[in-house]
Amino acid sequence: MILSLAIWMPIVFGLFILGSGSDTNKGYVRWMALFAATLSFAITLPLVVDFDIANAGMQYVENVSWVKRFDLNYHLGVDGISVWFVVLTAFITVIVVLAAWEVIQDRVAQYMAAFLILSGLMIGVFCALDGLLFYVFFEATLIPMYIIIGVWGGKNKIYAAFKFFLYTLLGSLLTLIAILYLYNVTDTFNILDWHQAQLSFTEQVLIFFAFFMAFAVKVPMWPVHTWLPDAHVEAPTGGSIVLAAIMLKLGAYGFLRFSLPIAPDASQYLGPFIIVLSLIAVIYVGLVALVQKDMKKLVAYSSIAHMGFVTLGFFIFNQMGIEGGIIQMISHGFISGAMFFSIGVLYDRMHTRQIADYGGVVNTMPRFTVFAVLFAMANCGLPATSGFIGEFMVILGAIDYDFTIGLLAATALILGAAYSLWMTKRVFFGEVTNDHVAQLKDINSREYFILGTLAILTIGMGVYPKPFTDIIHPAAVELLKHVAVTKI
Amino acid sequence: MQAIDLLEILPELILLLVICFILLVTPFMKENETNDEDVFFTPKAAGFAYQISILTLLILAIMFAMRVSDMPLRIMNGLYIIDPFSNVLKCISAIAVMVTLIYSKQYLIDRQLFRTDYIALVLLALLGQFVMISGANMLTLYLGLELLALSTYTLTAMRPNYPRGIEAGMKYFILGALSSGFLLYGMSMIYGATGSLDLEDIMRNISNDGVMRLVMAFGLVFLLAGLAFKLGAAPFHMWVPDVYHGAPTSVTLLIGGAPKIAAFAITFRLLVGGLQPLDMEWQPILIFLAITSLVLGNLTAIAQTNIKRMLAYSTISHMGFMLLGFLCVYDELAYSAAFFYAVTYVLSTLGTFGILMILSKKGFECETLDDLKGLNRRSPLLAFIMLLLMFSLAGIPPTVGFIAKLSILDALVDAGYLGLAIFAVMASLVGAFYYLRVVKTMYFEEPTDNSSIDGQGFAKGILTINGIFILLAGIFPAFLTALCLSAMRMSLQS
Repeated sequence: MILSLAIWMPIVFGLFILGSGSDTNKGYVRWMALFAATLSFAITLPLVVDFDIANAGMQYVENVSWVKRFDLNYHLGVDGISVWFVVLTAFITVIVVLAAWEVIQDRVAQYMAAFLILSGLMIGVFCALDGLLFYVFFEATLIPMYIIIGVWGGKNKIYAAFKFFLYTLLGSLLTLIAILYLYNVTDTFNILDWHQAQLSFTEQVLIFFAFFMAFAVKVPMWPVHTWLPDAHVEAPTGGSIVLAAIMLKLGAYGFLRFSLPIAPDASQYLGPFIIVLSLIAVIYVGLVALVQKDMKKLVAYSSIAHMGFVTLGFFIFNQMGIEGGIIQMISHGFISGAMFFSIGVLYDRMHTRQIADYGGVVNTMPRFTVFAVLFAMANCGLPATSGFIGEFMVILGAIDYDFTIGLLAATALILGAAYSLWMTKRVFFGEVTNDHVAQLKDINSREYFILGTLAILTIGMGVYPKPFTDIIHPAAVELLKHVAVTKI
Repeated sequence: MQAIDLLEILPELILLLVICFILLVTPFMKENETNDEDVFFTPKAAGFAYQISILTLLILAIMFAMRVSDMPLRIMNGLYIIDPFSNVLKCISAIAVMVTLIYSKQYLIDRQLFRTDYIALVLLALLGQFVMISGANMLTLYLGLELLALSTYTLTAMRPNYPRGIEAGMKYFILGALSSGFLLYGMSMIYGATGSLDLEDIMRNISNDGVMRLVMAFGLVFLLAGLAFKLGAAPFHMWVPDVYHGAPTSVTLLIGGAPKIAAFAITFRLLVGGLQPLDMEWQPILIFLAITSLVLGNLTAIAQTNIKRMLAYSTISHMGFMLLGFLCVYDELAYSAAFFYAVTYVLSTLGTFGILMILSKKGFECETLDDLKGLNRRSPLLAFIMLLLMFSLAGIPPTVGFIAKLSILDALVDAGYLGLAIFAVMASLVGAFYYLRVVKTMYFEEPTDNSSIDGQGFAKGILTINGIFILLAGIFPAFLTALCLSAMRMSLQS
């Protein structure tokens, strides 16, 4: 029941706010949204607390018939891989609601409702164990995000919204065919049964590519990443946070839930191909990030590079790699969320995202700068921050797999440091360059609270990652065992 | 004819009696003497006829709904068939026409179309649809088709002082007559080859292999051309955009809504019920029709700025998608998928045109994309319903349109048409673009006309139910899919 509650509670609240709120009762809408988001976060917490570490299978399973006509089931469950993302999604929603508190003044009810509904849908993606149910949630997330970018976005919002929607839809439509094909072969939509299905090598390769289309676009992997910078730049702060912190993870999660276990032979065979794409993402996109003039674009490219680490970790097929990839996904959720929020803080005050318009912010916003520098450090993987754990594990796994790959991945750390720190230097340090910066006000208590929470989590996870790895470990081991067995 | 037959067609008889009643009685309900030139145009009488029709349609829908699990029955010497399939379709047609009337009331009043003869023609068209749905003989099918077509030709051209409507009516009539000719010619060839007009006899005779294949093939091609015209499938689609655009929106909905159900029924009766043994011949033609409709409909819709024309092209592509369900030979799952698709398509179309009519005012037609600008600011409720409808037409979950597309795709993959399935989803990706554009116009742009949208509470209420249904049927589709499947199964068994 917990999973159903976690999915439907925010959606029902979202619809309720949509129906009852308007721009005349903004206060009510905000408090209602905060209440809903906090409640849904509170609902998901027991998932982790009561999680049975010894059990590598699915927990909190719910399974009822949904549509008899297709043998569809409303089948939910979480394992060590997915459980953290349920909690992370609910947590980020609280952050998003808080981040919008004073900033969003136009159509507040619709804004809050969109994020609450989106939150429920994304939790649904992580919980679904029925292939079609997964697809329904996966696709349905496009609708609120499209609205969010299009309504509250920046100058070029319409282009970005369309690009986001059509790009992702293109990828996922082929996945639908793959899902239907699997249904025809196995007579079930149960993902866990698909894991056991015998498939010929050709079938596996085709299925792998069909899934790859959807997940690679979503992650996004080079060269299908071009929608992300546009979407990020145009989206409102909340949209960027959710995009980076959760939505990208939907794709990476898809690799773990579908591609690897359903088509293990194809995954092994095509592993080097994915590794090459990931390395390009890590190095080339890192270089691209270096030359960006727009802060949001820079962080967007850095997200792509970090997600490159994740896919790299998945396709080197060892425990370090997979666990590191998952840790990196969680940690990137905190760090990228925080970075986009920081940019939002600056943007709300200055209404520009160009790096060149800033300089010497530390003089007027010292408290804010502390946080911003911390997150920039975490973004480049400084030890004792969560960014370090994931990247370090992936690099260790990569060296284990092949030294050259490990070496190339490690160079990316330098690139990450370069673009993060260089941006920090240009924005925060130095002399105050213009009057606008001189008039900046430091963060208020609401912003302080958000940044502080994220900072505690980032450092906490960096210093003591055991709670995370403990839960992830059994599921990752199980997955690896499964992938090692051929299906042909 | 036996008395029992009359009891079986009681709903049709009631409808016919109501039509006669409206035509005979209401001309005498004059309010004053000044208006005696046009006996059908008295607001009081029209209001009375409107109320009677709504009530009748509601009763009919309930009557059909109560009969959905009756055993299949052929009456009137095999001319007319009553089975669960036809009862479900008739029930939905009756509801669709009722909803159409409710949505269009204010629209008609504003355009001096709220007349008793208008309402009588609408009901006559519905009667034609009933006959089409239940026809078990080529003649019955044709009669139903003509009754529907002749009523809609008139309705299209009925608006006074409106040249575009008259032009559309003429175009519709001429091309419609041509296609009826095709259809009749095909039917007569098939009659010549098989010696029967009864669909069951035709099927038996073809299976016995005593027929001339060449004549049959000719007949089949003409028959399919006629059908494709009535469905509005490319390359026989040229009338669709002009008629959709030119007709008053209320009539557009009458053409684009309920009759699609009847068109589905007639396709099913002819191809599956009669010409099944020739499937090797008609399948390639159907594939061609479906592919051209999907490509042409979706690509051309992108270029439209007039929303009625856009929806016309979108109809073409939807008909193509529905035809794909007929490709899987004698597969009740596939046919019921097409069935489901037709039903959900009609439900989405109803809401879409309903919104256009509510937004239209006296002297103003809401028909270009720009007229929807900033609808979210003017009426969040209507905008949200329209959003649901657009995503349903685009086939995005969790709306019912997704389940409909899924059923068809599942049938295609099941039958081994993997390439066709991939093609169909790619076509719907193109389709998503122009539906998204409507959402964009409503949500992302600021309104140019800030007047609020008042009144028509009843129509808005029904519209809200319509929108909620689109969403709920997408989340809980089990009932509707099971209904379609069981109706289809019982009909195929007979």
